[in-house]
Amino acid sequence: MIEILNALLLLFLVVCAIGVAYIRDLLSAVILFSAFGLIMAIIWQQLSAPDVAMVEAALGTGVASLLMIAAISKTKRAE
Amino acid sequence: MEDQIVRMTSRLVVPFIQVYGIYIIVHGHLSPGGGFSGGAIFGASLVLLALSFNLEAGMKQISHQTASVLESGSAIAFLLAGMAGVFFGGNYLANRAAGYPLGEAGALFSSGAVFVITLFLGIKVASTIATLFYNIIEGED
Repeated sequence: MIEILNALLLLFLVVCAIGVAYIRDLLSAVILFSAFGLIMAIIWQQLSAPDVAMVEAALGTGVASLLMIAAISKTKRAE
Repeated sequence: MEDQIVRMTSRLVVPFIQVYGIYIIVHGHLSPGGGFSGGAIFGASLVLLALSFNLEAGMKQISHQTASVLESGSAIAFLLAGMAGVFFGGNYLANRAAGYPLGEAGALFSSGAVFVITLFLGIKVASTIATLFYNIIEGED
């Protein structure tokens, strides 16, 4: 049962990573990247590393996407 | 760029994020987390406030000057808390030899120097994230 969950998480992670590379709208790319970070945090938790999961959820999902949104608001949204 | 939903949501959520960050910093020696994780969560709440309202509202919480002073000051405080071990006969970052009180194992105040060091580390990380954001928004100065 847990293997199915892990496989689904990894599949979603790969889909998110490819989507970030291919999407044209920068704001959508940032949101997709934060989804990537959230899935990565759950995977860290599955790998019994709750400390890393917490940092990933706070920095990779929160602060990194906020900083990139700030950068987009200073520049253009289209690629 | 004003959005009522974003503003109300962040206004409701920010106090809980800050309490959660402080909880993780304070319980660093008992549960997963610690200075870096809790400080990152606390700093993210400051950045969220400045981004969803405007820069003045975020600056009202913690100004650029205050963030810079906290960032440098907590690094010095970390150093001094570690040097207490040297002054009171022990190694650098000594815990029991430096005379920090050790309570019962499992209690909140049971780690001596680790509690103090984690607290300063959390302040340092949170103010660093706030300074990083202010530097990006204000541009080069």
